[in-house]
Order: sequence, then structure tokens, then C-alpha cells
Amino acid sequence: MGSPAAEPQHGGENRQKNHLVFGSCSRYLQLWHGDDQRQRNSDVRVVGVVQRNQMRSQFTVPTVEPAAQNQLTLGGAVRRPALSSASFSRGMQTVTLIPGDGIGPEISTAVMKIFEAAKAPIRWEERNVTAIKGPGGRWMIPPDAKESMDRSKIGLKGPLKTPIAAGHPSMNLLLRKTFDLYANVRPCVSIEGYKTPYTDVNLVTIRENTEGEYSGIEHVIVDGVVQSIKLITENASRRIAEYAFEYARNNQRSSVTAVHKANIMRMSDGLFLRKCREVAENYKDVKFTEMYLDTVCLNMVQDPTQFDVLVMPNLYGDILSDLCAGLIGGLGVTPSGNIGANGVAIFESVHGTAPDIAGLDLANPTALLLSAVMMLRHMGLHDYGNKIQTACFDTIRDKKVLTKDLGGNSKCSEFTADICRRVQDLD
Amino acid sequence: FALYFFLPPPAKYGGRHTVTLIPGDGIGPELLNHVREVFRFSCVPVDFEVVHVNSALETEEDINNAITAIRRNGVALKGNIETKHTMPPSVKSRNNLLRTSLDLYANVMHCQSLPGVQTRHQNIDIMIIRENTEGEYSSLEHENVPGVVESLKIITRNNSLRIAEYAFRLAREKGRRRVTAVHKANIMKLGDGLFLQCCREVASGYPDITFDSMIVDNTTMQLVSKPQQFDVMVMPNLYGNVVSNVCAGLVGGPGLVPGANYGRDYAVFETATRNTGKSIADKNIANPTAMLLAGCMMLDHLKLHDHASSIRNAIFTTMNENRLHTADIGGQGTTSEVVQSVMRIIQSKGQLTAEF
Repeated sequence: MGSPAAEPQHGGENRQKNHLVFGSCSRYLQLWHGDDQRQRNSDVRVVGVVQRNQMRSQFTVPTVEPAAQNQLTLGGAVRRPALSSASFSRGMQTVTLIPGDGIGPEISTAVMKIFEAAKAPIRWEERNVTAIKGPGGRWMIPPDAKESMDRSKIGLKGPLKTPIAAGHPSMNLLLRKTFDLYANVRPCVSIEGYKTPYTDVNLVTIRENTEGEYSGIEHVIVDGVVQSIKLITENASRRIAEYAFEYARNNQRSSVTAVHKANIMRMSDGLFLRKCREVAENYKDVKFTEMYLDTVCLNMVQDPTQFDVLVMPNLYGDILSDLCAGLIGGLGVTPSGNIGANGVAIFESVHGTAPDIAGLDLANPTALLLSAVMMLRHMGLHDYGNKIQTACFDTIRDKKVLTKDLGGNSKCSEFTADICRRVQDLD
Repeated sequence: FALYFFLPPPAKYGGRHTVTLIPGDGIGPELLNHVREVFRFSCVPVDFEVVHVNSALETEEDINNAITAIRRNGVALKGNIETKHTMPPSVKSRNNLLRTSLDLYANVMHCQSLPGVQTRHQNIDIMIIRENTEGEYSSLEHENVPGVVESLKIITRNNSLRIAEYAFRLAREKGRRRVTAVHKANIMKLGDGLFLQCCREVASGYPDITFDSMIVDNTTMQLVSKPQQFDVMVMPNLYGNVVSNVCAGLVGGPGLVPGANYGRDYAVFETATRNTGKSIADKNIANPTAMLLAGCMMLDHLKLHDHASSIRNAIFTTMNENRLHTADIGGQGTTSEVVQSVMRIIQSKGQLTAEF
């Protein structure tokens, strides 16, 4: 899909490839630790890990040496130099696409169409994730999906249905465990043209995704008394705090607020807060505040403009991220990204599968599209991301071809076609 | 919201009631002073027994004195006591200690839109009943391995049944049609599952009231888009914290809503969102409405309904007709101006009042 890389391949330098790799590797280290000016360059963005075998270039590249990799994947936020100055090709990047169930396939098709219209250098690899029983009786995702994900490191996922009483845990949980997706990032920006009582919302919720109240450890102590265990660990708290500050720095966000309930849960949220404070010491350019959960909720519904980046443990994150989604118009227009260890990132739409409108061309692809835009930004392809986002917002603002949930009565294909047209016009 | 058959009638000596007053920190002391002023002015037959609780101390002597005083008097009015979480974890939250020792199991909050206050949503009328003693606030935490902390959330059948009973009886008494249970039973299957099961059991005994349930994240989303759909909501402790703060924000802020904590034998009244308000303390800009309305709720509990309604009407007149608002709801009035206005209106109604 699309044209081959414009820049000359470095295939002729095969014998020099090791030198090339480590040369670029040291360049990464320089960018990581070195000149601060560069780090704040808007061209340099948070991307996946330096796995150059994802590049469709002619030479096979060994993976980055472990020591460097640890440094580079610190907090899951890694820099890649701006593509124009990269020494490797500006070729097609592979993304694993998981269409999902219900309306998943149609909105995935819509997104692919829009990307094609924008001529984005993305090669889609479609995979299916249905739980299969692996050796040893443990449920796992199909090996070809895992292999594709490990290779491409970036995924785009549609809604997956959670079957009740199917014997296996929810697919989302399986994906989370397989790729250690520890951070859930949800940027909530008010959409011009989709009116809600709240305008000017512009905040990001970063939620710890692996532990906390959702550890799933529950016991019946005696008949009638149940205890659920909320687990907070130092490592996970530190990891999420580091990711939050990296995100804030890379996306020019001015402040990070830790949300907690340390007055009641002294030890657990106290630990979380301490780790956030420690990490904040290393990021003096980003303002760090802490606020109680109830104060955040109270102020959020009165004046959401006072918040910027919010970082919090699992349960508060769940509630707050959905609260913020409600502020901008619901799950049908909210993007979401999950960042994992080893540079894996899966972007998804968080709404349900909507089986009642599946296959009827009525679905709204906005959530998946905005998640895909988030993905483009994560990969460093800001131009394409901005182009597609502008086209999408223009279409919604125009109000001529809106899907049913946005207040119009057009079909999904008409909506998509309108966005494609605008994208092409923007070129 | 006192359910008369639940609580014994409060003690009365010489026709005057004695109520424990805990000033707390931040804006608590000044607001409670205003409450006392208004009560004195309206000749309310209530004497306040003031018990100070110093939140900076590590011993529990202060709060135990307060608890004894409340046991003695049966009723209390309190400001929020600050919890400094720089202190060691063995120093528990004083407010929490008070609630669990007195077994004040039900926290009731009534959020309704006031015509005089400008908000994004109108016509909100939600009653929130929140379990007040267990759940995530059990304060049972331990560190088995360094760097790994476990916090226990306890849900018991007895307490869940108790709070569900309370919710449904209150709904019936107030003529409410629908009770919604807020939970997260898809993730915490045993804990919130038990809570939900208890609510369903109690609901079966009240066929005239519709019962449904909603997951907490969906609830918050619905609250910010369509809060008019909710009627009565019942939930465990932590979700209650979130939902009550969201609703308070929807109707205009923490300065407007009073809250009550009911137990079998005791009742403690305070502002619904339990803020210390350290940043606006002693500046004469805090909104006295919440604390004054909490005082009115207390008077209703003591069956001094005439006094309660006269003060309440004066407050609402100030808010809705005179539009004298403090800074938190977008006005320029000071606390003392609002209180003076309330007292003036009480006087103008012709009842017996003391001098200004």
C-alpha cells in the first residue's frame, strides 16, 4: 500500500550495518540524555521502542543492545529523531489492526479508507484476537496476533465483545496481560461542533492499568463478609509516574496532577503519592500538584479547564477517565491509548460493540479515528495526524453529514467519504 | 431525613437541647460561629457544647472526647477535621474514626438545583445514600513485602442490607419512584456483587419502587450529560464519595449542599462534601449556606421544625430572590453579608428574635 520509501535505501552499506546501527543508537542516547533543546523540539515525539526490524528496509538490523534498550524504554516513552533526519527509511510502517466485533469491522474499514485518502505511510496487518486455550490450559491470544504485535509494536483495536460465561476472561484483560499494557492514556478535548454543556475541555487522564483495585483478588472470609484487595506496588507507581511526566514533557503540557485518597488509604495511596513526588523531582520543568479524588471530581464538573494531565491508580482512573469522556460527549468520540512495556502501544476505541447497529452502516467511526490519530502522533507522523484530525473536526463542525449518535442521520460511509474528501482537499 | 422509628427521641433538659459542636479546621470554625450566631438570633432552644479536636496531635484523646460528648448528647454539628497524610499511617483520619465508632452507617445528601444559582444543568433532584462505615474506608492496610502495599476493602452482608433498607425506606417516605444502586460488580465480582445482591433482596420487599443498577463509570458519564434521570442512588463508600462530589459540583459547588450522617442512635450533621477549605479560611469569603442548611437539618432532627423552616426560607430567599452570592457561586458577597441578610429576613418575618 503506497509508494516505496523515497529516501535511498541503505542496503549498499550492509557491511557497515552494525556501525550504522550503533551509530544511530548513540544518537538516540544523545537525544535522550543530551541537549535539552532537542528534547523539546516539537518534531521529536514519543514513539515506540527502537526496533528497527520493523522498518521495511533492505538490511536486517540487529536489535538494540540490552543496556541501551533499558535506558531507551524507560517509562515507555522513547524519542525518535524527526523522520527527515533519520538515517533509516521513511517507509511504510506496519500496524497491527484488530477490527473487533460488532461495528468493529465497519469502523476499521472507515479508518483504513481515510488513511488511504491521506496517503499515510501505514501498512495494516489485520489480525483476529479470540481467546484460545494454549498449552497448559491457560487462555491466550492467537500466536499469529501476538507475533504481529511484537513485530510492529503498534496496534489499533476496535471494540471487542466480552462474552459472559464463556469460561475465559475478557479479551481486553488478556491483551493487557500479554503485552503488559501499564498505562491507559485518554486525551479529552472538546469537539467543536458537538455541543456539550462543557466547552474548552483539554485534559489527559493517565491511568495505571495493571494493579490497584482491579487486581481481582477477592475472598469470602466468613459467610457474609467479603474482602477485596487493592494492591499498590512501588514499581508500578514509579513506572506510571515516569510515563506521565514524559508524556507531559513531550506534549508540551504544563502540569501533572496526582489524584489520590491518601487521607483515607494512607499506606497505599501514600506510596503512590511518594513515588509521584520522587519522579517529579526529575522533571522540574513540569509543575506537579496533588489533589484528593473528591476535590478533583467536584472541580471537574464545575470548571474542567483547570486540569491538565492527571495521573492516578486504577479505580480512580477508571471513574475519572469516563467522567472526562462524558464531558466531551461520551465514549463514541473519545480516543484512548494503552502503552505497554517494550514499546508496545495499542490504541483503541473504548465504546461497545453495538450489536444492534452492526452491519447497518450506521456506526460512528470518530472514536477509532481519533485513536488512530493518537497513534500517528505516537509514531511521529504529526502531519498526517493533524491533517486527518482537522478533516474529522471540520466534518463534525459542518454538521451536514453526521451519523445518528452525533445528531444527524447520515450513514457511516457518507461520513467517511466526507472526511476523505476533506483530507484530500487539505493536501 | 431522620426515620423516626429508627432513632430514639433526643434528650431534652429544661426544654433546651444540647448539641455537640466540633469546629474542625479551615473554614469550619468561622462557619460554625455564624451558625451559632443565627441560632442565637432566632432564639433557637439549642445549647452548643464545643469540643475542639486538634488534628496535629498524634494521640486520639481529642477525638475520643468528642465521641464521648456525642454519645452523651446524641446529636452533633461538625466541621471537617484535617488529615495530614505526612503523619505516620497509624494516625487514622479523625472524621473516619468518628463515623465508625458511632456507627453512623448512612450518609445522606440531597442535591437539588436552586433557581438562584447559575449552573450548566437544571432540574436536578438527586438523593444520595452512601454507606459510611466500611468499604474502601476500612483503613486496613499492610505492607507484606517492601514496596507492595495491600489495602483491604470489606463489604459485609449486614451493612449492605442495612444501607439498602435505609435507602428504600427513605425513598418510600419521601415519595420517590426509583432507586439506583451504583457498583462495579463486573470487576469486583464478590465484593460489589454482594452489595448488589443485598440491594436486590431489599428491593423485592418494595414493589412500588423501581430498582435498577448502574456501573460507576457509566454513572459518572450519565451524571455529567443527563443528571435529571437519577432519583435516589445508593452505593458503597468510595463510589459514594465520587458521586456525591460530582453531584455537589453539578448543583453549584461545595458551599451549597448539607449532609447528614445517621446511625441507629446518633446523628452528625456537616457539609456534604466535607471540605476543610484551608485556602479560604478566615477570609470572610466562604459560603455559609451548606453549614446553615446542615444546622437546619439538625433542627428538623430535633423536631424544632418551625425554627428550621424559618431559617431555611431565609437562606433560600437570600440565595434566590436577593441573589446575594458569595464568590464560589459567582457573586461578590462576603460571608458576613450573607449571614446578616439571613438574620434580617428572619426578623422581618415577625418571629421572636434577639438583638443583632
